[in-house]
Amino acid sequence: MDDFSALLAGFQVALSWHNVGFMAVGVILGIIVGVLPGLGGPNGVAILLPLTFGMDPTSAIILLSSIYWGALFGGAITSILFNIPGEAWSVATTFDGYPMAVQGKAAEALTAAFTASFIGALSGVVLITFVAPLVAQFALRFGPAEFFAVFLLTFCSFIGMGRENRAKIIASLCIGFLLAAVGLDSISGDLRMTFGSTELMRGFDFLIVVIGLFGVSEILLTVEEGLVFKGKQARIDLMVVLRTWAGLPRYWATLLRSSIVGMWMGVTPGGAIAASFMGYGLAKRFSKNGKNFGKGEIEGVLAPETAAHAAGTSALLPMLALGIPGSATAAVLLGGLLVWGLQPGPMLFVEQKDFVWGLIASMYLGNLAGLVIVLATVPVFAAVMRIPFSFVAPVILIVCAIGAYTISNSTFDIWLMLIFGVVGYVFKKLDYPLAPLVLALVLGDRAEDAFRQALLGSGGSLNVFWANGLVGTLVVLALLLLFWGPMGDLIAALRGKNHPKTAEAAE
Amino acid sequence: MSLPSENDAPERGLSRRPVEIATALLLIALGGLVLYDSYGRGAGWDGGPQNGFFPARIGWIFLAASLFILWNACRREDGVFVTYAQLGQVVRVLGPLLLFVALIAPLGLYVASALFIIVFMGVVGTSRWWSILLTAVLVPVVCFWIFELQFRVPLPKGPLEAALGY
Amino acid sequence: MKHHWLAAVLPLGVVAPAFAWEPTKPIEIVVPFSAGGASDQMARTIQGIIQKHQFTTQPIIVVNKPAAGGAEGMLDIQKSAGDPHKLITTSSGIFMTPMATKLALNWTDYTPVAMLAQDSFLLWVNAKAPYKSAGDLIAAAKGAATPLKIGGTSSKREDNLIVFAMEKVAGTKFAYIPYTSGGQASTQLSGGHVEANTNNPAEDLANWRGGATRPLCVFAEQKMAYTEKVADGQSWADIPTCASQGLDVSYQMLRGMFMPGKVSKDQQAFYTAMFKKVSETPEWKDYLARNALVPDYRDGEAFVTFLKADEAKHARLMTEAGFMAK
Repeated sequence: MDDFSALLAGFQVALSWHNVGFMAVGVILGIIVGVLPGLGGPNGVAILLPLTFGMDPTSAIILLSSIYWGALFGGAITSILFNIPGEAWSVATTFDGYPMAVQGKAAEALTAAFTASFIGALSGVVLITFVAPLVAQFALRFGPAEFFAVFLLTFCSFIGMGRENRAKIIASLCIGFLLAAVGLDSISGDLRMTFGSTELMRGFDFLIVVIGLFGVSEILLTVEEGLVFKGKQARIDLMVVLRTWAGLPRYWATLLRSSIVGMWMGVTPGGAIAASFMGYGLAKRFSKNGKNFGKGEIEGVLAPETAAHAAGTSALLPMLALGIPGSATAAVLLGGLLVWGLQPGPMLFVEQKDFVWGLIASMYLGNLAGLVIVLATVPVFAAVMRIPFSFVAPVILIVCAIGAYTISNSTFDIWLMLIFGVVGYVFKKLDYPLAPLVLALVLGDRAEDAFRQALLGSGGSLNVFWANGLVGTLVVLALLLLFWGPMGDLIAALRGKNHPKTAEAAE
Repeated sequence: MSLPSENDAPERGLSRRPVEIATALLLIALGGLVLYDSYGRGAGWDGGPQNGFFPARIGWIFLAASLFILWNACRREDGVFVTYAQLGQVVRVLGPLLLFVALIAPLGLYVASALFIIVFMGVVGTSRWWSILLTAVLVPVVCFWIFELQFRVPLPKGPLEAALGY
Repeated sequence: MKHHWLAAVLPLGVVAPAFAWEPTKPIEIVVPFSAGGASDQMARTIQGIIQKHQFTTQPIIVVNKPAAGGAEGMLDIQKSAGDPHKLITTSSGIFMTPMATKLALNWTDYTPVAMLAQDSFLLWVNAKAPYKSAGDLIAAAKGAATPLKIGGTSSKREDNLIVFAMEKVAGTKFAYIPYTSGGQASTQLSGGHVEANTNNPAEDLANWRGGATRPLCVFAEQKMAYTEKVADGQSWADIPTCASQGLDVSYQMLRGMFMPGKVSKDQQAFYTAMFKKVSETPEWKDYLARNALVPDYRDGEAFVTFLKADEAKHARLMTEAGFMAK
């Protein structure tokens, strides 16, 4: 109850006129940096940081965290419209978001993505509000073996074993793992697979690969059909928002599942990227419409967005309570805290009560403000699809090149993006699935690090992966998910044998 | 430009099998490279996995999968990978794009963008010359304003920007 | 903010400069470590101080380039020879990364600006652990069936060297587990996933104050100087040296600033003067005290002499430990 009154006091602070103004400014700036692949939350925060020195810490953190919310919302926009994920956690949003845009349902997809983000973020904030200390303690139980088990679970829930194309799924997954391994190996401190090149030493940045594989290759595929956008024209007005909302309650199970997955992954901290893939994978497996996933199913937009944002928000909890930033933007926020002499860590909740509760209150309000603002922009962004292709395509390609360049200020990376664009084009035409590649690229080296850290600690014994209840449960769950498909087939086959006549009759 | 005609006769184009085979061979070569590098650094178990352990295991699986793909490619029925008409379209985008990326280093990103827009819109050929020129000037200027001036993100610059004092 | 809008409009050189050279663009501080670590915290503190006191009119941007054990950041500075708007925070990594990876990097290709402080290393254990001194930990390590786990940052770097030295002095084996940051090593220690870590004061401060971890001893010849109480009724100065507990290992790490090579004397002088001013601000002194850094400001010849001696020391340590790239 003490916490609750502290939260109310926090709301009073956050709801003052100038703080609401800061929120709006922060969210809009955040959306801009979220939409442009060359800019990220850190750029926005870095510009505003000097401005905030004159403010009291609470106003300042409200302004800065609003950029974070805006950037989170903004990442989905380019994923849906152009198949270019602005942030790693928007990759899974492209799987169904972009096909929806192609079918002329860009506005619905955007509305679904934004609403799902809001629901996810809200569940994350509720978690932070009511069970913060408890949850922070839970995060401490994750050692290397547990981390590895979480990554394994993500892979298994997303990949499973489809029946078609098994060799190509495996090849694609392997490419992702191998790309992730290029560069410095943090466990041994040696360089791997760089063949003496200083450019390769940096490894393959995820965003460059994704901009190429998804964005550039999609433009190449589009032009095959003629130099126009695939997107059908659709009447767009703000009523779309209400119509889409009316359909959402039907997907409560997916929203709930993704929220839980997201919160759990955010705290553990498996992170928003893993959460978005896992949310998508589980929805595909357990939803009635699972077969339509990848063809423009609205549930395929809701699932990853909810999970990513629940995770992104919950991830602020370990940052505040333990001082570990979950993302680059969170890291800059952390820097902001340090500038004001606030030391994140277990004592922050005790020593800086007003500040912490002001921040938590601003999470509720900042997300609400963000939702209102992004929904208002839906018609604007959906209308982008009507601009002539000959104008939009070069602009997209230029912005992609800028995005690839800014990651590490290297023109080599623009070439890399182009190469991956051609690779993506060929792979898509030859039915190599790209999603496993991207997943393995993002999580592969982290999974390997965790695996090797665990083995270093256990003296090389694999027993460490079922040494306690937590890690054992995770591993068993992972294997269960991996063999869900084949087991289902087997059960169906057995049934078929036992009751051949009923099976025939059913057909 | 003529859209692919919709008659029953199969259109002429690059067939799928050689592309499948070439891709599979490329992947096999990549797998070989990975194995060479990993075993060169040690792919064994020295009180825990050595740093080549993982890439080597992944490399073997990768090699096996690629060989299977190769075998499948030779066995399966052939089809059309891309028709020549479609390939033409792709080249009309890829060509200017290659030019753009190649020009970034010597001319800077902004000038290269302007040239890219002129060539691209010219090749596509659906816009009037003045709208092409306007786009070619405005887009780089807007990019410059956003990235260099507002967000202070330095992008590659060439002789023109240097002459203007940036 | 206001100035930044104006700067975009006004031609340069209108304001008469107080120095022979002043920055005309935003200044980038490259941190060759990931966000949240000790180097990153220092860079962001400096960023705050410079902007608050307006030591320069240009904005300061902190950029993290952690790939390849900091080599990414160092290569970036190497490539930016002649660019006077870049700085890099450095630690002993400036010697160790080239030694461990065989990359063609050398600090003599950069321009030394100033050394700001020296950082200590401590032996930390979980607050609930039974160890009262370093001696207890060593005794436990000798009696353990599998080697005790000690966490640290990166492989073949400072923490790894310390653990290697501990093994040599104590005559036992440890399982050194490399994490990507000191913050992670601290969290893993508070979760009981490792027995000890060798973090800097700043990296474990939050968990010490939160009652999750506690220091056993400091790897230095003398105790630390800060006598203000931090946690458990103890101050940094109350922590005994490891040598006094029978673990004769000492190691300290420089924290300093470099510029790319081939910059002019005036440009170097501007930054040296700026960091001299930074080192005299009350905020900086607060920062040093909060993180228990040893104040040790050096510039010019004094800095270069220090660097040469430190490089020779690291070459010897790295060779002994077998961390040199073959």
